[in-house]
Amino acid sequence: MVRYVLSKFFYMLVSLFILISATFFLMKAIPGNPFMSEKNVPPEIQARLMEQYGLDKPVYQQYFKYLGDIATGDLGISMKHQNQEVGGIILQTFSASLKLGIFAIIISVIVGVLLGMLAALYHRKLIDNIAMVLAVLGIAVPSFVLASLIQYLFAQKLGWFNVMGFDGPLDYVLPVAALSAQPIAFIARLTRSSMLEVLHADYIKTAKAKGLNWMTIMFKHVIRNGILPVVTYIGPMTANVITGSVVIEQIFGIGGIGKVFVDCITNRDYTMIMGVTIFYGVLLMLARFITDIVYVLVDPRIKLTGGKEG
Amino acid sequence: MKRKSLLMILTLILVVGTVLAGCGSKNDNGGSTASGGDKGSSSAAKEQVLHINLSAEPPTFDPAQAQDTQANTVLKMMYEGLVRIDKDNNPIPGVAEKWDVSSDGLKYVFHLRKDAKWSNGDPVTAKDFVFAWERVLNPATSPAPPYAYQLYYIKGVEDYNTKKITDFSQVGVKATDDNTLEVTLNNPTPYFLGLTSFYTLYPVHQSVKDNDKWATDPKLMITNGPFTLTTWTTGQKIEVTKNANYWDNQNIKLTKVTMSLSNSSATELSSYKAGQLDYAGNPNGTIPTDQMPAVKNELKDELDLKPIGSIYYYVFNTTAKPFDNVKIRKAFSMAISRQDIVDKVTMSEETPAFGFVPPGITGDKGEYRTEFKDDFFTENMEEAKKLLAEGMQEEGYTTLPPITLIYNSDDKHKKIALAVADMWKKNLGVEVKTENQEWGVFLKNRQNLNYQVARAGWSPDYNDPMTFFDLWTSTSGNNDSGFKNKEYDALIKDAFSTPDTAKRMEDFKKAETMIIKDQQIVLPIYYYTNVALIKPNLKGVVIDYAGQVDFTRAYFE
Amino acid sequence: MAVQDPTLMNNNVELTPEDFRKIGTDEKEAEIIQRESISAWRDAWQRLRKNKLAMASLVVLILIILAAIIGPIISKFDSATNDLLATNQPPSKEHWFGTDDLGRDMFVRTWMGARISLIVGLAAALIDLLIGVIYGGIMGYFGGRVDAIMNKFSEILYSIPYMLVTILLLVVFEPSIGTIILALTITGWINMSWIVRGEIMQLKNREYVLASRSMGAGSGRLLFRHLLPNAVGPIIVTLTLSVPNAIFSEAFLSFLGLGVRAPIASLGSMVNDALTGWMYYPWRMLFPAILISLTMLAFNIFGDGLRDALDPKLK
Repeated sequence: MVRYVLSKFFYMLVSLFILISATFFLMKAIPGNPFMSEKNVPPEIQARLMEQYGLDKPVYQQYFKYLGDIATGDLGISMKHQNQEVGGIILQTFSASLKLGIFAIIISVIVGVLLGMLAALYHRKLIDNIAMVLAVLGIAVPSFVLASLIQYLFAQKLGWFNVMGFDGPLDYVLPVAALSAQPIAFIARLTRSSMLEVLHADYIKTAKAKGLNWMTIMFKHVIRNGILPVVTYIGPMTANVITGSVVIEQIFGIGGIGKVFVDCITNRDYTMIMGVTIFYGVLLMLARFITDIVYVLVDPRIKLTGGKEG
Repeated sequence: MKRKSLLMILTLILVVGTVLAGCGSKNDNGGSTASGGDKGSSSAAKEQVLHINLSAEPPTFDPAQAQDTQANTVLKMMYEGLVRIDKDNNPIPGVAEKWDVSSDGLKYVFHLRKDAKWSNGDPVTAKDFVFAWERVLNPATSPAPPYAYQLYYIKGVEDYNTKKITDFSQVGVKATDDNTLEVTLNNPTPYFLGLTSFYTLYPVHQSVKDNDKWATDPKLMITNGPFTLTTWTTGQKIEVTKNANYWDNQNIKLTKVTMSLSNSSATELSSYKAGQLDYAGNPNGTIPTDQMPAVKNELKDELDLKPIGSIYYYVFNTTAKPFDNVKIRKAFSMAISRQDIVDKVTMSEETPAFGFVPPGITGDKGEYRTEFKDDFFTENMEEAKKLLAEGMQEEGYTTLPPITLIYNSDDKHKKIALAVADMWKKNLGVEVKTENQEWGVFLKNRQNLNYQVARAGWSPDYNDPMTFFDLWTSTSGNNDSGFKNKEYDALIKDAFSTPDTAKRMEDFKKAETMIIKDQQIVLPIYYYTNVALIKPNLKGVVIDYAGQVDFTRAYFE
Repeated sequence: MAVQDPTLMNNNVELTPEDFRKIGTDEKEAEIIQRESISAWRDAWQRLRKNKLAMASLVVLILIILAAIIGPIISKFDSATNDLLATNQPPSKEHWFGTDDLGRDMFVRTWMGARISLIVGLAAALIDLLIGVIYGGIMGYFGGRVDAIMNKFSEILYSIPYMLVTILLLVVFEPSIGTIILALTITGWINMSWIVRGEIMQLKNREYVLASRSMGAGSGRLLFRHLLPNAVGPIIVTLTLSVPNAIFSEAFLSFLGLGVRAPIASLGSMVNDALTGWMYYPWRMLFPAILISLTMLAFNIFGDGLRDALDPKLK
């Protein structure tokens, strides 16, 4: 077991190392530096800035220096936001993206599953069609179009919500709606097709034949089995949604991590680019890592292949 | 597999939840100060709370480090320099009550008011200014203040900043007592007084010495302006609140200014229309050009169009084919219709430009632009064709080499570029490719003269034509045209040192003739207007000659 | 997993005694094949044809592709020529789809945009296919250490935020259509490779493969003659679904200002251009947006239909 954990952990570190190296050199290949603007600062001052941030050294030296800093857990100081720590900015903005994301996931699962179930139960009836049209719209309309449409309608025209901002609970409604449209559509379609499959499966027929009542069949068999494929979809969706949506954040004026990420590339804020990349990478890897470990604890078959008992 | 995914989500949420718990408290702070219910400006109006939007988050509130319009707007609220600029662009007393200038124009003595206080109650003294300026200029300051060169007019400053001298007492800045500041200049610099209202020259409280993070934390920031920073939630919101210790606080009507941070111009305008903002547009945002006709119709009374001293132009790379030929440069400059661009593309009543200095910049007695008309060339399609043919003959072209116009990715730049390229095609029969580039890539290419013709813009650093002309000297770091001319450099040098204003203006006129009429190193397009929407009950917003906005004396009726 | 005859799954058939007849035990008759033998492909096609929605999508797709080819040809306008005297005009006899902010004809621009979007989508999907099939095929076929290493590599690549790679690439290289396609495919093929890997791993232990192998077939022959052709169903489905994904991703890049370069436009960049003023000039957003949605829908529904048709279990 210990060996299994160690080997997984080792792979994680290797992955992280490759991620950091690839991003570092790719980033350094972009023309420009963090201190340029339409009005250039005099060359002496620019040179001093480069020196202060260690950008005057050869790239490989900067790279090793960065690896050293990272090894001690230091993400560094933002080059654009003077004297602000990269870690601090990431946590602050990520909290906004995460709050949005969690709501979007909950809403998508509930609404998506409900729509899908209704559609399956009323297969080839009006409700099915309505549900599927809704689902299909979620897939077919680009999120920036949807977001600006609902913003115009519900915030500017009807005045039900704020156009932008992220203060009160009401401010969540529009961004969450825009963010969940696509997942809802996917989940509804998945649920529908898997429910249909289950409804026609032999064991349901057997259950019916045995005379089990409808409610029991629905809850004990159909729903439980029908939404399983949804669960597989939620994994990647969660990762996508909580890492922030630039489009939604931009349109609704929310300072999330997606926006930060796009901005730091424009600004050539090197430490920030690395910080956000590592954060994304670690988040996903850590989740995968913990999942694997927990999975071993739950499923004894894996132990046999994963490594000898230590 | 299915179970595995479920586990993955649960763990993901768990991990993230724990992480958040750590930073949650910090964030809740911002959340609670922000009352969720300040919606609609009508109620806010009575409370004298101003709502504006900044299209980018100011990277810092350290006056020494600031570099952008957004920071400028907020710093103006939080700090006050020796002088302020009033609505007619004149310097008026700020921290300095009055000042004396020596007859040769080289020595300034500022008398600081005794009632000027920091937000913590400490008095603002001449030593605070010396401290702040020394901090800007000290080569050891990290990161290096980018605008240190704005102080290079002061004696010894450039040497100190570039480590040629190490003793700050040799620099022409002295606090003779707590309330007197003496400044000695290299040359008589008529715009120096105005420059002391610029943020790089703001005083800072001496407590910052011990703390790097002072400019990012509302709890640590001590300011001397009408407002103090009370909330800063990264990416979401900035809030400043009236400073009770400000000497002129009886003239400050606003109790609070709340700034949202959206970089979408459409969102900003929507928000304004919905009553969430009291001010929208320049300089902290933009009104989308697509909505200009509608805005002109629907919000006629709230639309504020004010000519400002900035210019939009294209710069030629005078070292690259085919624009190394002056006749070809002239032909391209003549062959576009500026009025059409202004009327149909940008739609903000800008003035077509035929010179390089915009109206509103101070000249000898009045404005430079009214004293010297910008009639250096006219639009003339026939003449343009003729010049092009002549130029091509001189260079021995039968067809022009392929030409690419570069601009940085932006909606307005794109429209103008496409319109101009189309005009060249129709009027000159020349096919010009337009190419948008990412901001950093674009700047790099322009600086390295890796282009043929490129978009550019210039806004003044101070109220004098010099800010438009020292740009084109051979030593200027911003001269991206490849133009180098000794005669021109001599003219600018003369204008720098001569105390005779009339002579300076003559120099400028000669310089402008040279870069526009003779050499046509740039293709001027228009002089900017500041386009803003201001709620009818919001008064007292001041937009200066450079298009910078001052909200400190604003109020709701 | 046993292959099931689809006809056995059909439970809705009502049977009456009349449906049954006695067949003798005539030796000859027993040899006669009752049903015409049809290939799996014909079978799938027949099932697909019955799916009205999928067929309608196919028709829509063909129409869109045709219009994208023909539209710009039949219009008398050029997609790049400005007309500042006729900016933002609503649809009329002259300009069927109206004009945009520079007076360019929206009809010709919409179809030109559709061309670009389709080219980007199809090219990205095909490149994904090519890399994904080869990479996934090798992983799945060889298994063991090769698989472990290659799979680890693709997992690492997958853990690099897709947005990062795309944006960095577009900033480093000039944003031409080629770069955009490259940026979209750099991580796009991974999904395809995993699907191929899974299929091959399942298939490679089948009897027919073992038989072929025991008769001395080489790796290349096994992979390309026996394994891949049998995995083609899921591959095609993934392909149809990755076209609209690429089109959407390009639209997203346009939103960030990293899409195709003006004056070239894609449907995504046109919608984005219209975004700030659509409440006043709805036609500028409407036509490209409807077209993009229609394309998305058609590809998705067709892809679904194809999946159902190719996978008899899911009927």
